[in-house]
Amino acid sequence: MVDPNVLQPKPEIKIMGKKDVHLRKYQQIIAIFKSNKIGMFGVSIFVFFGLVALIGPLIFPYDPLQIGSGDEVLQSPDSTHWLGTDDLGRDVFAALISGSRVSLGIGLLATFITMVIGTLIGISSGYIGGKVDTILMRFTEIFLVLPWLPLMLVLAALLGSSIWNIILVIGFTSWSSTARIVRAQTLSVKERQFIERAKAIGANDFYIMYKHVLPNVFPLIFANTILVSAVAILSETSLSFLGMGDASHPSWGMMLHYAFTSGAASVGAYWFLLPPGLCVVGVVLGFTFLGYAFEELFNPKLRRS
Amino acid sequence: MTNVIEANVVSNVIKMKENTSNVIEVKDLKVHFEGSQGFLKDFFSKEKNTVRAVDGIDFVIKKGEIVSLVGESGCGKTTTGKALLRLVHQSDGEILFKGEPILKKDRREMKLFRQKAQMIFQDPYQSLNPRNVIIDIVAEPLTVNGLISSEQEKKERVIEALENAGLKPGERFLYKYPHELSGGQRQRIVIASALILNPEFIVADEPVSMLDASIRADILKLMVEQRDEKGISYLFITHDLSLAWLISDRIAIMYLGKIVEVGDAELIAGSCLHPYSKALVSVMPVPRKIKNRERTILQGETPNPSRIPTGCRFHPRCPVAFDRCKTEEPALKEVGVGHFVACHLV
Amino acid sequence: MSLLEVRDLKTYFHAKEGIVKAVDGVTFTLEEGEAIALVGESGCGKTTTALSITKLLPKEGHIAGGDVLFNGVDLAKISHEKMRRTRWNDISIVFQGAMNSLNPVMKVGDQIAEVIMLHKGSNYKEAMQKVKKLFELVEINSERMNQYPHEFSGGMKQRAMIAMALACDPKLIIGDEPTTALDVMVQAQILNLLEKLRKEMNMSMILITHDLSVMGETCDKAAIMYAGKIVELGSVEDILEKHVHPYTEKLVHSYPDIYGNREMISSIPGSPPNLLNPPTGCLFHPRCEFAIDECKLTEPVLREISSNHFVACHVRGGLI
Repeated sequence: MVDPNVLQPKPEIKIMGKKDVHLRKYQQIIAIFKSNKIGMFGVSIFVFFGLVALIGPLIFPYDPLQIGSGDEVLQSPDSTHWLGTDDLGRDVFAALISGSRVSLGIGLLATFITMVIGTLIGISSGYIGGKVDTILMRFTEIFLVLPWLPLMLVLAALLGSSIWNIILVIGFTSWSSTARIVRAQTLSVKERQFIERAKAIGANDFYIMYKHVLPNVFPLIFANTILVSAVAILSETSLSFLGMGDASHPSWGMMLHYAFTSGAASVGAYWFLLPPGLCVVGVVLGFTFLGYAFEELFNPKLRRS
Repeated sequence: MTNVIEANVVSNVIKMKENTSNVIEVKDLKVHFEGSQGFLKDFFSKEKNTVRAVDGIDFVIKKGEIVSLVGESGCGKTTTGKALLRLVHQSDGEILFKGEPILKKDRREMKLFRQKAQMIFQDPYQSLNPRNVIIDIVAEPLTVNGLISSEQEKKERVIEALENAGLKPGERFLYKYPHELSGGQRQRIVIASALILNPEFIVADEPVSMLDASIRADILKLMVEQRDEKGISYLFITHDLSLAWLISDRIAIMYLGKIVEVGDAELIAGSCLHPYSKALVSVMPVPRKIKNRERTILQGETPNPSRIPTGCRFHPRCPVAFDRCKTEEPALKEVGVGHFVACHLV
Repeated sequence: MSLLEVRDLKTYFHAKEGIVKAVDGVTFTLEEGEAIALVGESGCGKTTTALSITKLLPKEGHIAGGDVLFNGVDLAKISHEKMRRTRWNDISIVFQGAMNSLNPVMKVGDQIAEVIMLHKGSNYKEAMQKVKKLFELVEINSERMNQYPHEFSGGMKQRAMIAMALACDPKLIIGDEPTTALDVMVQAQILNLLEKLRKEMNMSMILITHDLSVMGETCDKAAIMYAGKIVELGSVEDILEKHVHPYTEKLVHSYPDIYGNREMISSIPGSPPNLLNPPTGCLFHPRCEFAIDECKLTEPVLREISSNHFVACHVRGGLI
């Protein structure tokens, strides 16, 4: 018989501490992930390219900028140059490896800027409301409506084509859709009763936005981040392809630019044209699949099981 | 099982004789919301679509008293509760907490006020942040106000609060997430976190309506115990008149933003005078079969608070309304000791 | 022959972790014109029983045993097609939160007409005439036939759902928590309406509710359910005033009685059992203050202790 004065929690073997709680959470996350084939595929691509970018240049320390002698120009793949050479005799494989760092690096850093701006504006706009919301949203809409490629081209042309400028340009022009998504989610989280409770116990607005709204909006932000990364990498590739890239740090986009401008296609130099293109497609695909998997993870309604 | 209510009545009388200071005094409180009529109308139209959720109410809550605010949806009871804690903006009138108007408080005073006046929410599934563990949720009132100095102190105070709320042993619940607990346990967490600051006044907004009937008693007993041991005053907001009758000292019945009757709990339940109160009592479900029970089932539903009837707001549905009711709004007048009714026929 | 005879109904659900015995041996009968209340708290199996009778179970659930005899025909075993014709024509159901299942972009009158046209094969004009009569029956102004759901109040929407349930003149109507989420006064209106309709149309009713104090006004019989089984079955008087089962006793005392003494209501310690891994013997024994050893070993069966009053309890069920 149960002692009516002592409430029994659900049956436990031991008293759980902080570490056990986190461990259980991770186990659940991994289990959900494993069941999602697309997600696992995305993870593998992500890991693959991540490794290439991180340790590739260490394993294959070939200088992509070393211009070869006249007869090494546009050579098809052989044992010295695994992917052949480009129109200036530079090793394509080397360029591909070092280019991965540039493409991914620019993409991820730009994404970081985008997410920070988008989240700040989205949460502030959604939670504070009123005039602040109106002003911020009109500002956001301006960026949403401007065609991004011409905007980026103009800014890149004005600021110059160094890596950092490219990162800033992409970061500052892509945040508007994130801001809108975050704002929408904030509006719905704002109405939940635990926000009211936080106000009742004396928390101020900044505390509530940081400790209550943000954690509940975060899953969405995270899933969105991954998809934004894919777009950022594409944006960088596009800019570089159009000639706005940084020549001292050649990215995949730059390789495509050189391939295009030097007429590699008409000569049949597929080793120059295909690899960077395939890499971009592969990375973007991987990020997109990963993004879908995370969306499913964070939104139980989307799960198929 | 001891007769908890009897003991309360006795201790109450003693307390009231000792200390009759008013914890809460509400004078002519009004809370009006501007309704939106759509973009163009908002810009150009001079008419405003005002929702008069609370439209001029007066009442007091003494130290150690449990006063219930009873009414159907749209009557303004929840809005009143929120206004008392400044969670909603009051449009007019005065709310005094221990003699001081709450509107005039500066930031520092507001912080102190929030520690002394707390709220228990209706939905145990929505009022706890699903991403936080229990220890952080319960300690939050303390951490937000900078009242804890160490992790050890935090743990100790949370365990104490959990056990005071009936969750023993406290350690077992510290690192759980809300979704791992039952509705009753979650509501106890809400109460534990409300009590951890040792408040003097609590607004309980439908604290048991989302719980199964067989676990309501524990929560209600907990509330009453806190009043008995620590002299906490409660504003108990509910649509269930029988629960209000069970634990409160006084009951105020609200209709469409105004109090229509207020008095001692037993009196309201047994011999209320306002036609609306009488109708409510007559249709209240009871766990017994009463042959030929006289039920006054009113026609229609409570009108929209943006279109309040003229005169006495209850007149369109009142079974005994006459001419004066359509034009003149009745004021609350005293008809017995502590018993007030707003009706022309009384 | 009774209108509805449910015999040892068992409905099980397949979950990842195992089988959930949501309904595990439920037996009751209902005569024509009678109303029975299925009362119990969350998870007791009352809604699942209703869904089993109308065969509207989700794909994880299935009827694992027992009979559901409606006018002699075993619904548990008939074909899909036959059940589809039985549904609404003979048995209809008003779901919990039904008022939210009205299509917001269709006129209310049209939605009810649609049901009539589907089940009775009438044309639009005939259907709308019937809708007009139904609206009068449920006391909604027939001008509102051309209005949209958002123009209806909560109580009116619920009446519209009742009208929809009556559209084909069923013999049995099942109301699954028809008044939850409605105000007290509106609840009284709806219950009163159901009473009136039952008497006028000699309709039987199964009222599913967690609120024991609601059934006193509208039902003749009541079955108290716990963890998928009926623990006590009898007339409403028997349940409210002459209850025997310890759970029934505690449940009845969980509701304040404004006409009685002002004493604190009861509570039941612990929580309902996990149906994936239920306790041995009587499912209520872990929370019962009268439990003896026998209760942990064998499950009690429903036994008649007085005329039409059945209890499933070792200690108070008569035998020991």
